[in-house]
Amino acid sequence: MSDQEAMDPQTRVVILGAGHGGGSVAAFLRQYGFVGPITLVGEEPLPPYQRPPLSKAWLKGEATAESLALKPLEFYAENNIDLRLGVHAVAIDRASKTVAVSEGDPIAYDVLVLAMGARARRLTIPGADLKGVMELRTAADAEKLKTALGVGKTLAVVGGGYVGLEAAASAISLNAKAVIIEREHRVLARVACEQLSSFFQAYHAARGVTFELSAGVEAFVGDQGQVTGVKLADGRTIACDAALVGVGAIPNDEIAKAAGLECNNGVVVDLAARTSDPAIFAVGDLTQRPMPLYSRSVRLESVPNALEQAKAVACAVTGRPLPPPEVPWFWSDQFDLKLQIAGMPFDADEILIRGDPDTAKFAVFHLKQGCIQAVEAVNAAPEFMAGKQLVASQKPVARDKLVDMSISMKQVAV
Amino acid sequence: MAKITFVEHNGTEHVVEAKAGLTVMEAAVKNNVPGIDADCGGACACATCHVYVGEAWVGKLDKPSAMEESMLDFAENVEPNSRLSCQIKMSDALDGIVVTLPESQH
Repeated sequence: MSDQEAMDPQTRVVILGAGHGGGSVAAFLRQYGFVGPITLVGEEPLPPYQRPPLSKAWLKGEATAESLALKPLEFYAENNIDLRLGVHAVAIDRASKTVAVSEGDPIAYDVLVLAMGARARRLTIPGADLKGVMELRTAADAEKLKTALGVGKTLAVVGGGYVGLEAAASAISLNAKAVIIEREHRVLARVACEQLSSFFQAYHAARGVTFELSAGVEAFVGDQGQVTGVKLADGRTIACDAALVGVGAIPNDEIAKAAGLECNNGVVVDLAARTSDPAIFAVGDLTQRPMPLYSRSVRLESVPNALEQAKAVACAVTGRPLPPPEVPWFWSDQFDLKLQIAGMPFDADEILIRGDPDTAKFAVFHLKQGCIQAVEAVNAAPEFMAGKQLVASQKPVARDKLVDMSISMKQVAV
Repeated sequence: MAKITFVEHNGTEHVVEAKAGLTVMEAAVKNNVPGIDADCGGACACATCHVYVGEAWVGKLDKPSAMEESMLDFAENVEPNSRLSCQIKMSDALDGIVVTLPESQH
């Protein structure tokens, strides 16, 4: 599309999915001066809100619906954004450029943005539909979990990933009990290195979280329709009042596939977040995106990724130059720990640790031929910030300086 | 309600009203002020809500935490009056505060 077409006030933008990504596309379009009609279609009853606090501040009662909201409700009307909540897209007709929706007439678009996100992977085992077996993706899920987390209650967490660890930490803060059941021999097995896994496990264990590792889950057992335990492959049953299943997410790419868009574990997009159809973009957890820094494509589940792509779409539609690619980054809060990760440890051939994990203040650097590919920093903001810059520059670092706490990260980074 | 004036790098001003207790970052994001992306939503994890606080107001703010200081240490174009706006809570005492935005947040 040419710039002239892009800024045509008649250009109709339709955004499917009103999460962090979809809501941000609408907001950035208006920030960048786009004046055409925007329709934002969301399946949930709430206007776009932040999901990261759901497993943290929200569970602990430290956030409100108002503080979670991306924008106040009146923002949408004031900015001529037609927000349609409780509605989901059924099919995309690329020939007529319309989207069939669950409620109302098909919606015509000139530019379509897919932002349907991902959904929690479910376990297909007996008892999975018992009351009290939960997942954590939406505010409604979080509200259910919060209600189940009273003093003295036991939460069984199936899956030792970030959501599971964060929920367990929040449960302990609420004086509930938490047991984490993980199939692998360590927590965070798919997303973090051994050193970080053992640190987090020990930190959680010292605060009362118990662990069942290398444990298969056979079934949820219950009484009168309510879950009362998790049956393990070795025959034991772990008693619980509620069970949270956090075993990953799968992209909501069905209607994109059905419309013939190229998909491969997510909707395939380029750096401008454009799909194989030039009139259709996709952002966020839904996408399989290029990552030039690592010469490969990835599907990321993170807010910074969704925001980066939302900006890219707004730039493409308004004819602005694309911002330079960002280093992917992630964060997690558990107890008083702030974990910040920059980059991804692809092809790393060396791991260096700066600081002492016993002090709960340290960073793990993943290097490839002397250049930092990723840093995992626990309560270590300078290591995160400097590490992120070094991941971007791919400048070789001096190993001896990197592990020497008497030398500041500023000096390491020069 | 307290008034905040955001001045974009290009000089464009945005005046918004903020309830006491809201952070300067939250006030910017909720009013769609360009230039404050706040990727992490206020977790003090990203330094994408960096602002320069007007001279008259610097002394009225609580000192930055160690975490904020280390984040700022590595942000781009840092000045003595740099702060992360997610760490500035609005109160009546800050009514009228003026903050200027850096050229970019990354």
